Amino acid sequence: MDFLTIIQILDSTVRLATPLLLACLAGLYSERAGVFDIGLEGKMLASAFFSAAVAYVSGSVWLGLLAGTAASLVLSLIHGVASITFRGNQLISGVAINFLAAGMTVLIAQSWFSQGGRTPSLFGGARFEGINLPFANELEPVPVIGPIYSELLSGHSVLVYLAFAFVPFTAWVLYRTRFGLRLRAVGENPAAVDTAGVSVVGLRFAAVMICGVLCGIAGAYLATALQAGFVKDMTAGRGFIALAALIFAKWRPWHALGACLLFGFLQAIALRFQNIDLGGVVIPVQVMDALPFVLTVVILAGFVGKAIPPKAGGEPYVKER
Amino acid sequence: MDVMPKWADVVLIPLISLFLAAVLSALVILGIGEDPIAALKLMVDGALGSTYGWGYTLYYATNFIFTGLAVSVAFHARLFNIGGEGQAMLGGLGVAIACLYIPWPHWSIALVAAAISAAAFGAAWSAIPAYLQAKRGSHIVITTIMFNYIAAAVLNYMLVNVMRPEGSMDPATARFPEAVHLPTLHEILAPLGIEFSRAAPANISFIVALLACVLVWLLIWRTKLGYEIRAYGHSEKGAVYAGIAPVRIIMITMLISGGLAGLMAINNVMGEAERLVLNSTEGAGFIGIAVALMGRSHPFGVLLAAILFGFLYQGGAELALWTSIPRELIVVIQALVILFTGALDNMVRMPLERIFLKLRKG
Repeated sequence: MDFLTIIQILDSTVRLATPLLLACLAGLYSERAGVFDIGLEGKMLASAFFSAAVAYVSGSVWLGLLAGTAASLVLSLIHGVASITFRGNQLISGVAINFLAAGMTVLIAQSWFSQGGRTPSLFGGARFEGINLPFANELEPVPVIGPIYSELLSGHSVLVYLAFAFVPFTAWVLYRTRFGLRLRAVGENPAAVDTAGVSVVGLRFAAVMICGVLCGIAGAYLATALQAGFVKDMTAGRGFIALAALIFAKWRPWHALGACLLFGFLQAIALRFQNIDLGGVVIPVQVMDALPFVLTVVILAGFVGKAIPPKAGGEPYVKER
Repeated sequence: MDVMPKWADVVLIPLISLFLAAVLSALVILGIGEDPIAALKLMVDGALGSTYGWGYTLYYATNFIFTGLAVSVAFHARLFNIGGEGQAMLGGLGVAIACLYIPWPHWSIALVAAAISAAAFGAAWSAIPAYLQAKRGSHIVITTIMFNYIAAAVLNYMLVNVMRPEGSMDPATARFPEAVHLPTLHEILAPLGIEFSRAAPANISFIVALLACVLVWLLIWRTKLGYEIRAYGHSEKGAVYAGIAPVRIIMITMLISGGLAGLMAINNVMGEAERLVLNSTEGAGFIGIAVALMGRSHPFGVLLAAILFGFLYQGGAELALWTSIPRELIVVIQALVILFTGALDNMVRMPLERIFLKLRKG
């Protein structure tokens, strides 16, 4: 394997890790506040469709991003109403949201575009184009640094840089701001937050809505940057891989970046090589597909350090009378 | 003291939830420019208007009974088994191995063997998440979701690299031998003088499913183990105090649950396709969640809910055939049912409880 191939695989790792990272951070806000969210997949899917549909009709990818985020927020609101207001089962609500998105996107896509549950292909201003960082072209001929800068770091869409910038931002919010402290507290001990006179319901809704926005960006990235248009079930389990990454990262932002890059790398490898030949032993492509999930189970089993979720996660808060 | 009479809890709330889901589904159909009344008529005609329609409705219902029972049994121990899909996939593998590699003299022996194999594979697939939950406290919802994806990869590998007959491009096993062909409802009912469609896939597995309902009812409400499962589900602390070992209950409950989900394969793999294909489960594992929630985790409720979903599935297929409404409408209805009977249960329950309280005082 030569240097350029490695660069290309890493470049594709960055592209594939971006939606995982956005969804993973989305889940981080929600779960740190004590609201489990297995509906990341559904929210991404809904956003992917609406962003592609609106971008196609309006020709503006930014309007698409807005519409996708709005769709994701609607699903977040449902999740919030079900699991915070009516204190329903958060897991069941997440399952319902996933199915709702899977069904509605195809139903509406068929009704609007009649192309078998997909949107027409996007081109031009309806897609996020890559941004060339300054001096990318000038630096290209320089050995080693040139390809790294112009191939790997430059040429991604704005959402990729946004996603990576969200990691330090999230770490700052979570550990250095009052909101972050309260967010973590409400996920560990909501009664204490309530006693301090801060609204548990308000904080949790805020977290669920932030989750919706990030899932919306993730979905829009999938349909308008990574690919050109929406196809049925295009998230293909990414919401669950993001969830796996979140557990892998033990609900911490910087570790989430590492986990998402790792899982993105696995996807990039599986995409590039079908079956990997390691000196006689062939690793079938299915092993690469299953690896993120297997790794998560191993982590969950506590063999590589224990993953302890926020203490109040999954439990609705009932005010004492 | 219960605020509501039992009938309201068991019958009224699911019916109201179902009604809400139906109203929203009708709005969705209106929204995509179709007529909901006409759609309903078409669905009823297609799914219940002929023995052919019934044959498909009952065939789908058979799948959903097994997966619904699987989720229900786990619910009784307050375990949420989302892994029915993966367990049913592995069950399919069990059926395929039993049917392909052993020459059975008669379908009845083959059915017993295939059922045992299917249940064993399904149970084995739920054993690891169960063990991790019981011993290491890993959340079973997350691990069973992960195992669904791992199951898909395993099945994909087995079909593409191992079990695919030579020269075939299709990722599927060879056709099962004629000897393991299960009698369809047509073949069962013909000697009794009842005409039943020859083309419909409903088969003897439906009767096995009914039997499973009875057995699960006996298990949960008439055995010591069932009592222990329910006790554990109500209060873990109470159960421990009464000398019930949580590890044992989690393991046994999940093995039964996985086994029931795996058993589904005798219907869809052995009874219908007569070979193992990719995506043979068609999401039935997930519909089990909706079925269990609607059926209030009671085998009789599960039976009714499974038939309702069988009707929706077959009716939805007819809709997709005759109108421009895609099959995904069923996924939407399924989502709404899960949402209203599962997550938004309190939204229906709270006002009802208030009404019943008023009635009692007045």
